[in-house]
Amino acid sequence: MHLHPKLKFVCLRLLQAVPVVFGILVVCFLLTRALPGDPAAYFAGAMADAESIEQMREKMGLNQPLPIQFLAYLNDLAHGDLGYSISTGQPVLTEIATRLPASLELTLLAMLLSVSIAVPLGILAATHPDSWIDHACRFIVTAGVSLPTFFTGLALSYLFYYLLGWAPAPMGRLDMMSLPPPAVTNFYVLDALIAGETETALAALGQLCLPVITLALFTLAPIARMTRAAMLQVLSGDFIRTARAAGLAPRKILYRYALRNAILPVVTTLGMVFSFALGANVLVEKVFAWPGIGSFAVEALVVSDYAAVQGFVLAMALLFITLNLVIDITYTLIDPRLGLES
Amino acid sequence: MTAPLLTVESLSIEFVTRGGKVTAVDTIDFSVRKGETLGIVGESGSGKSVTSYALMRILDRAGRIGGGSIRFAGVDITGATERTMRELRGREISMIFQNPRAALNPIRSVGLQLEDVLIEHGLATRANGRDRAIAMLTAVRIQNPEQRYSAFPFELSGGMCQRIVIALALACRPQLLIADEPTTGLDVTTQKTVMDLIVELTAERNMATILITHDLGLASRYCDRIVVMEKGRIVEANTVEGLFANPSHPYTRKLLDATPRLDSSVASLLPADMRTAASTIDSPSTPSLARGTLLLAVQNLRKVFAEGSSTEHVAVKSLSFDLYAGESLGLVGESGCGKSTTSSMIMRLLDPSSGSIIFNGEELAATPALKFARHPMRSQLQMVFQDPTESLNPRWVVRRAIADPLLRLGEFSSKQARNARVEALADLVGLPQALLDRFPHQLSGGQKARVGIARALALDPKLIILDEPTAALDVSVQAIVLNLLVSLKQRLGISYLFISHDLNVVRLMCDRVMVMQHGEIVESGESQALLKHPKHPYTQALLDAIPVPPARSVPQARAI
Amino acid sequence: MLKEAHSAQLPGLFEPDLPEPPQRKSWLHHVGYVLTQNPVTVVAFSLFLLMVLTAVFGPYLVPYDPLATDSAVAMQPPSAAHWFGTDHLGRDVFSRVVVATRLDLGIAVSAVALALAAGIFLGAASGYFGGWTDRITGRLMDTIMAFPLFVLAMGIVAAAGNTIENIIYATAIVNLPFYTRMIRAEVNIRRDAGFVQAARLSGNGDWRILMCQIVPNTMPPVMVQLSLNMGWAILNAAGLSFIGLGVRPPTPEWGIMVAEGANFIVSGEWWLALFPGLALMLAVFTFNLMGDGLRDLADPRRRT
Repeated sequence: MHLHPKLKFVCLRLLQAVPVVFGILVVCFLLTRALPGDPAAYFAGAMADAESIEQMREKMGLNQPLPIQFLAYLNDLAHGDLGYSISTGQPVLTEIATRLPASLELTLLAMLLSVSIAVPLGILAATHPDSWIDHACRFIVTAGVSLPTFFTGLALSYLFYYLLGWAPAPMGRLDMMSLPPPAVTNFYVLDALIAGETETALAALGQLCLPVITLALFTLAPIARMTRAAMLQVLSGDFIRTARAAGLAPRKILYRYALRNAILPVVTTLGMVFSFALGANVLVEKVFAWPGIGSFAVEALVVSDYAAVQGFVLAMALLFITLNLVIDITYTLIDPRLGLES
Repeated sequence: MTAPLLTVESLSIEFVTRGGKVTAVDTIDFSVRKGETLGIVGESGSGKSVTSYALMRILDRAGRIGGGSIRFAGVDITGATERTMRELRGREISMIFQNPRAALNPIRSVGLQLEDVLIEHGLATRANGRDRAIAMLTAVRIQNPEQRYSAFPFELSGGMCQRIVIALALACRPQLLIADEPTTGLDVTTQKTVMDLIVELTAERNMATILITHDLGLASRYCDRIVVMEKGRIVEANTVEGLFANPSHPYTRKLLDATPRLDSSVASLLPADMRTAASTIDSPSTPSLARGTLLLAVQNLRKVFAEGSSTEHVAVKSLSFDLYAGESLGLVGESGCGKSTTSSMIMRLLDPSSGSIIFNGEELAATPALKFARHPMRSQLQMVFQDPTESLNPRWVVRRAIADPLLRLGEFSSKQARNARVEALADLVGLPQALLDRFPHQLSGGQKARVGIARALALDPKLIILDEPTAALDVSVQAIVLNLLVSLKQRLGISYLFISHDLNVVRLMCDRVMVMQHGEIVESGESQALLKHPKHPYTQALLDAIPVPPARSVPQARAI
Repeated sequence: MLKEAHSAQLPGLFEPDLPEPPQRKSWLHHVGYVLTQNPVTVVAFSLFLLMVLTAVFGPYLVPYDPLATDSAVAMQPPSAAHWFGTDHLGRDVFSRVVVATRLDLGIAVSAVALALAAGIFLGAASGYFGGWTDRITGRLMDTIMAFPLFVLAMGIVAAAGNTIENIIYATAIVNLPFYTRMIRAEVNIRRDAGFVQAARLSGNGDWRILMCQIVPNTMPPVMVQLSLNMGWAILNAAGLSFIGLGVRPPTPEWGIMVAEGANFIVSGEWWLALFPGLALMLAVFTFNLMGDGLRDLADPRRRT
C-alpha cells in the first residue's frame, strides 16, 4: 500500500464508520420490534380479527427468531423499503426523500448563520478576557442556549408577524401567492435564483428568516464557547509568545497563528452542534409548519404512524453520521498532525 | 570603552492580582555590551524571566513596568509604542525560550514560520523567502534543510526544535539575544550542542547575549558576567571569576554551595550554618568494603512494549545487577534510556517481559503487578516520585496522604496510634506538624517532597527507589532534600536505588553507579572511580557535557 | 523539569517555603468563599434554591387548582386575580406553571442522576482497565452518539410507550455518552499519575484506587457538564411533551402548556405560551449558570 498517509487516514475513518452504521441499524431494528403492544396487531389494522393478525405476523416474519428478522429488515432496507406511512399512504422513503431538502435547507442555513456569528464573537471574547465584552458575549450565548427553540420560535412569530407584521405568516416554505420554483436542488432559494425568479427567491428567504434565526440562536452557544476557550488556550501558548518576540504583526499572530490552531477544536465541536441542530430542527419545523422530515415525524407520531417515525429516526441518524464524516475528513485535511504521526 | 548596548536602570515590574499589586521585580540595574554574555541566575520566583519579558515588552496583560528605564542602543524604550517595539522585536532584540517544541506553531511548517519572520522585517520577499529560510536552517546546522523546510514541529526532536527557535531568533541579525532557560528540559548532551551553537553564532555576529538560567554551572561556563537575582532583586553582580572567588552576598554563597561541584559533598551543599552534625558525614567516597547482605538481585530483566506489533519498542534490553542492604545504588541515563521503565518493574507496578527480580530471597517477578498490592513484600518496596506535586492526591490533606499506606498495610489498633505514627513520620522528615492538615497545593515544592518521602517511609521499607526526587526542585531545596535523604538512610538503615539524569548528584548520593543507554547498562562501578576515569565513550560524553562550576578558590573553612 | 513555567509569569511564589496560609477551612466556609467570589454563582444558586422550594412547596401554596376548568373565566389576560391569566379552559396559568416545576425538575434530576451513575461506572471502568471493556463501551457510546440525540429520545419514547418513566429513561440514555466519555478521558490521564502509583505502593487494590482516588478527582469538570446537562434534560423533556410525547394533558407541564398556547399566539393571546416558556427558560438558564460555581465547590484547590 503506497497511499498518501492522509488518504490512508481518510479511508481508515470511513472504515471506522462501518460499525457505527451497523449499530444504528441494530438500534433502529430494535425500535421497530419494541412497539407498544403487538406490532402484528397494530399493522393488521383496527378491524382485524385473530386470524388476520396471525397472517400479518406470518407476513412480517415476526414468528422468526430475532436474527432472521434482522436480516429480513436489512434486506428490506437494501431495497429501499421502509414500509408505508399510514397517514399519507405513501412509501416512507418517498416521503422522506421529498421532504429532506426542506429540512436540510433550514439546518444548513442556520448553521452557517450561527458559525458566522459565533466564531467572531468567541474571538472577540477571547481577545478581551474578563472585560465587559467577554461578559456580554457569555451572557448572550448562555441566554441563547437556555431558550427552548419551540418557545423562541413562537415568541419571534408573535413579535415579527403578529405585532410588527414584518415577517410572513409562519406557515411553510412559501406563502400562498408564490409557486415553488422548478426543482433543481430542491432548495427553494437556490432554485429560484437559478430560474431567475428573484421575487420567489426573496419570498422563500423571507419564510426562512425566522426559523433560521430561531435555530441559529440555539446553536450559537456551543460554538462561541468553544471558540473562546480554544482561542484563550492558544493565545496563552508558547508559540504565540515566540511569534510576538519575533515581531510579527498582531493581525498575523491573531489570524495566521492563533485562529488557525483554535479552529481545529471548533471544527470537532461542530459534530455535536449538528446533533443539537437536527434535534431542535424537529421542534422548529413544527412551530413554523415547515414541510421537512421533522414535521412529518411529528404528524406521524400524533396518528401513531410508527413506520414513518422509524424511517425518520434512521434517516436522521444516517444524515448525521454523514455530516460527521464530512467534518472529520475536513479536520484531517486541515490538521497536518493527523495521519502523519506514527 | 564603548557604551553598553542595553542599560537597565532601577527597573520595577508589577503585577495586578486579585490580592492586590505584587512587585515582581524591584529596582534592578544591569547592562550588556556588544559581544558580551551576561548571565541572570536565580531560582524559581526570582523574577528573572519576568525581567526578560519586560525587556521585550511582552509582559502578560496583568503585568506592567512600574518604574525605571530600559535603554537600548541609547534610546529609551520603556515607554515606546507597540509599533516601535514590533520593529525592534526580532530585528534588534530577539529571544529564545525553554520548551522549544511548544515555542513553535504546531500546524505551520518550520520553514514557513521562518519566512513569516523574514518577510515581516523586510529581509525577504515571497519570491526568495524559501531560499533565505533554507539558508537560515543551514546556519543552525540542520541536516537536509530542503526537506526540513516543510517539516512540522511534531516531526522534530526537542534539540532540533530548539535550533529552529534559534534560527527564528537570529534570522534578522539582531544585536541582542535573550535566551530564557534555553536548555531546560533537554538532555545534557543536547544541552551542550545547543549552547555551543548559540555561543558560536552570537560570537560570529558580535552580538550581546543575556542568558537566563537557574543553573550556576551553565552560567559559569558560558557567561562573562553574572547577576544573581533573589525575590525580584539583584543581590550580586560580578564577573564569573570574581563571583566564584569571592561571593559577597549570603544568598549567592547559598546558591554556590548548593550547586554540586566536583569537590562537593552532600553536606557541603548546605549553607555552613545549616550543616548539622547528623549530615556532616563523608560523602560515600569510601564505600564500606564490608557489604551487607544481598537485598535485591535483578537478572536478565527485559521489557518490550507492543511486542510483535509494528510499533514494537524494546525499552529495557537485558538488565542484571545486585543491590546490597544499606547500599545506595545510582542509575543514570538520559530521557528515553529505560530507567523509569526499570524502576516501575522493580517496584512491581509494571510486568517485565522476562527476567527475574529477587528481593530478600523471594522471586517477585512471578506475581503479576495487578495482584502485587496484596503481596507480603509490598510494604518493603517503596518509592519517592519525580514530581512531588503530581504524586499527591490534590483532594487529600497531608495527614491523609501519609496515612494511606498505614491504613492499607499497617497494623494499627486505633486512630490515635495511626495519627501518632503520622506525626512521628512528619518529625522524621522535618515537616512541621502544623502542615499536616493542609492540602498539597498549599505547600511549597520542598514541603511536598518531604510528604512524599514520609509516605514512602511509613511502612518501614527495606528498599526505596528514588526516581529523580529532586528534578523538579530548585537547587537550594535540592540540597536540603538530598541531605535529608542521606541522614534518613543512616538512621533507618534502608537501601536506595537512586535514579537520575544528573551524574553530579548521583555521585554525591551513591556508593555505586550504573550508566544506562538505549535500554542497557553501558558501564558500572564505584562512583568516584567511574566519574574520575570513565571508560565508555557515552559516560565520557555525559561527563563532558555537564557544566560544572569552577571549584571555589576560597577554602570552605572561611565560611565556617 | 520546567522550573519556571511561563504560564506562571505571575510571581507571588517568592518563598520556597510558603507564607502561612490560613488554616484549612470547613466545607461551609468553602461554600461561602465560592459564593462571595463570583456574583453570578450567587444568583444561580439563589435561583436554584427558589426552584427547589417551588418544586417542594408550590403545589400547596398555589391559589387555584391547576386542573379546575371554569369556562366563565376562559382566556383572560393577566390580572390581579389571575397573575398569568387563564387558558382556553379557564384554568389559572400561574398555578399551572408553579405546579409543573416539580414534574419538570423531577424528570431532569432523575434522568441526569441515572446517567451520571451509569456514566461514572462505565467511564471509570473503560478508562482505567482499557482493553475490551473500553472497546465495547466505546462502540456502545458511539452508537448512541450517532443519532441526533433528541431524535433518538423521540424514537425511544415512541417505541417504548408514552409514559413519564420512558421520558426519564430516554433522557438518561441520550445523556449517558457525555459522562462516560468525559470520565473515561479524565480517568485515563490519571491512570498512571504519581499519586495513583503511590496508592498502589500503599497496597490499594484497583477498584479502591479507582473509586477513592481517581474518580473524585474527575469531578470538577463533570460538575460543569452536569449543570449543562440538567438544563438540556429539561429542554429535552419539554421538547418531547411539546410534540406530544410523554406527559399528556391535562397534566400541567411547561412543554405542553407552550404547545397548547402556541395555537393561540397567532390570535394574540400571548400569555398562554409566554409564562410557561419563561419558566422553562429561567430553569435552563439557572442550570447553565451554575456550572462554574459547582466546579469550584468540587475542587479543593479553590479552597485557600
